[in-house]
Amino acid sequence: MKRLEAGTELDGFRIGACLHAGGMAHIYEVTYADERPAPFGMVMKVPRMTAGDGAENIVGFEVEHQILQVLHGTHVPRFVAAGDLVNMPYLVMEHVPGQTLQQVLDAHTHNHTHAEVADMARLGAAIARAAHSLHQQNTCHLDIKPANVLLHPDGHAVLLDFGLSCHAHYPDLLAEELRKAVGSPAWIAPEQVVGVRGDPRSDIFAIGVMLYELATGELPFGNPQTNGGMRQRLWMDPTPPRRLRDDLPEWFQEVVLRCLEPEAAKRYPSAAHLAFDLEHPEQVKVTKRGKQLEGTPFFTHFKRWLKAAGMHYQPSPLPSQQIDEVPIVMVAVPNHEASDATLYSLRQSVARSLGLRPGARLAVVTVISPNLSSTSEHDKSETTLHRQYRTMLQQWAQPLDLSEHQTSYHVLEASDTANAIVRYAEGNNVSIIVMGAATRGLQMQRFVATVPIKVAMEAPCTVILVKQTLPFERLNS
Amino acid sequence: MKYALLSDIHSNLHAFDACLAHAQTQGVERIAILGDLVSYGAFPAEVVARCQKLQQDGAIVLRGNHEELIQTHNIHTANPNPSLGSQTAEWTHDQLSPAQRFWLEILPLTAQVDQMLLVHASADAPDRWRYVEDERTASLSLDAACAHPDVRYVFGGHVHHQSLYYRGTGRQLMAFKPTSGVPIPTPKHRQWIATIGSVGQPRDGNPRAMYAVFDSAVGRLTFYRVAYDHRAAARAVRDAGLPEFFAQRLETGK
Repeated sequence: MKRLEAGTELDGFRIGACLHAGGMAHIYEVTYADERPAPFGMVMKVPRMTAGDGAENIVGFEVEHQILQVLHGTHVPRFVAAGDLVNMPYLVMEHVPGQTLQQVLDAHTHNHTHAEVADMARLGAAIARAAHSLHQQNTCHLDIKPANVLLHPDGHAVLLDFGLSCHAHYPDLLAEELRKAVGSPAWIAPEQVVGVRGDPRSDIFAIGVMLYELATGELPFGNPQTNGGMRQRLWMDPTPPRRLRDDLPEWFQEVVLRCLEPEAAKRYPSAAHLAFDLEHPEQVKVTKRGKQLEGTPFFTHFKRWLKAAGMHYQPSPLPSQQIDEVPIVMVAVPNHEASDATLYSLRQSVARSLGLRPGARLAVVTVISPNLSSTSEHDKSETTLHRQYRTMLQQWAQPLDLSEHQTSYHVLEASDTANAIVRYAEGNNVSIIVMGAATRGLQMQRFVATVPIKVAMEAPCTVILVKQTLPFERLNS
Repeated sequence: MKYALLSDIHSNLHAFDACLAHAQTQGVERIAILGDLVSYGAFPAEVVARCQKLQQDGAIVLRGNHEELIQTHNIHTANPNPSLGSQTAEWTHDQLSPAQRFWLEILPLTAQVDQMLLVHASADAPDRWRYVEDERTASLSLDAACAHPDVRYVFGGHVHHQSLYYRGTGRQLMAFKPTSGVPIPTPKHRQWIATIGSVGQPRDGNPRAMYAVFDSAVGRLTFYRVAYDHRAAARAVRDAGLPEFFAQRLETGK
């Protein structure tokens, strides 16, 4: 398809400036030809090839054509219109303001600077949230790379270019019986190298590559040009980022290297878990992975290399189902006037919820009143208070077997308890809230909504309201 | 044009009516029935009568293997140990008038319309009743049908489950399991073959009836599962004195 002239009209759109002339497509600014105002800026993406030029070249555009129309939410450009694939292929979508992560990286390279840890954590969390939103819609992006990540001025990330994506509800046009690698060599996940398309953890790997790149200015696995080069990541650990940049904290390396685990099962089980760690660095459990400064020993790589030789294609289950199995469970623990029975019942319920879901993560939360802390008295200072309450939460959780579950403890200050719980659940992609049913207030509920009622009404997820029961044997102890 | 594609009704009037009613809510303009109108269920005469009426109103109706099994020359009453299938074939034969049986016998095996080839089983040998059940058999059917330059789509029944096969970037066909109610873009620059499932006798553990809607103007295929009163259909099978196996099959969808 030859380049369109500015000012020409196409299917009711007036073509403006050409913003991007890539190898695969041209991107133009467009407006409505009838001068009607658009609710947001629009761009038109027109592939260089049409279906008539040979199917191969247009498949990526066809995939994007198929997927962009059904995605929703703030993490994808809004879809406006699509042209007929055979006669006049184009896509009109929202022109999202902001700069790409590639532009951020280029600026650092140009100025010989490195990104600040706090900024990287913020960016990483924003990208992980965007990926999670796609995964919830049964879509894996599979080509997340700095050029495809747009950072909106308000701080959220928008993912672009769905040409290599895979939506579990549609036939995967890029799949083939030989299962070859489809993706960008620097960011492609090991399982994609052997032809797996549809594992959300492939996107987590790509986010890990970008965080590594942002932190060190280097690509963890280089930019291989051959299939053999790409296969390296099936067994190889990259150089620990802290060896390349010594001011990186251990927790950051822990997060990045966990994303880059060759085996998908050892990575974060969902992008929501990754966002959670990036937003709560103090709660990241640092292991050998985070501390090491030496590369992985030869023998370990050799053993993995032997194992990787047998790695082959396996179909993936539905992305939304996969991430549903590893929810973030939040428990709201009362911090005053709570009976033993209430605390015990809450713990039992949490144990049952986690027991059904290996890999689920637990956030133990309590809400305290902002009036409790004081800037003048030391033992009422905010940090002291938070430490006291956090210790209380840890004691509460101690009887739980949390070896299989990442756990963190949070003290929130708010005067509106229900609102604080709901906001926290929204902000952290919580899937299940466990809290006491507070039966004491039930007689009143017709007149005043109690905290649990308000949470149940407003929460973005499932709420389990626990009634207190204490078994007899505990009453004697 | 929006087509409702229905196959393997198997004398199940409850399921057939539910699918036709559902299709109406989807704005369907033409109906295509891809064979196996009869056998197994309790209402062969009613289903045939309804199909005859639909045909008068412009529906496409094709012949399946069961339209042959219930013909007089295939009924062997002398067999002392008849199989479950031949018991229902004999019963079905007796329920139908000679005129209805004749109408079934002369139904066409295939129809070609709007870039679609419609067939009960496999397009490479429609009268051999081969199953299109994997990439290889789907490929045989699709290649045979697409020998005709106008054909881009092959729709059939016979296997009682819903599958879509398409060409990815490789040579071989790829199989895809559809989700009920999700419209799938099936643009006509590619070739597609689908088995649309069974209206009257699902066998995948889900008792809901299966059918599909194809919109030829935009190239979009939607598979549906439709809930219907399958307990009533099963009860009717028992009341008719047909083998218990066929009643249970409707109840469990297995």
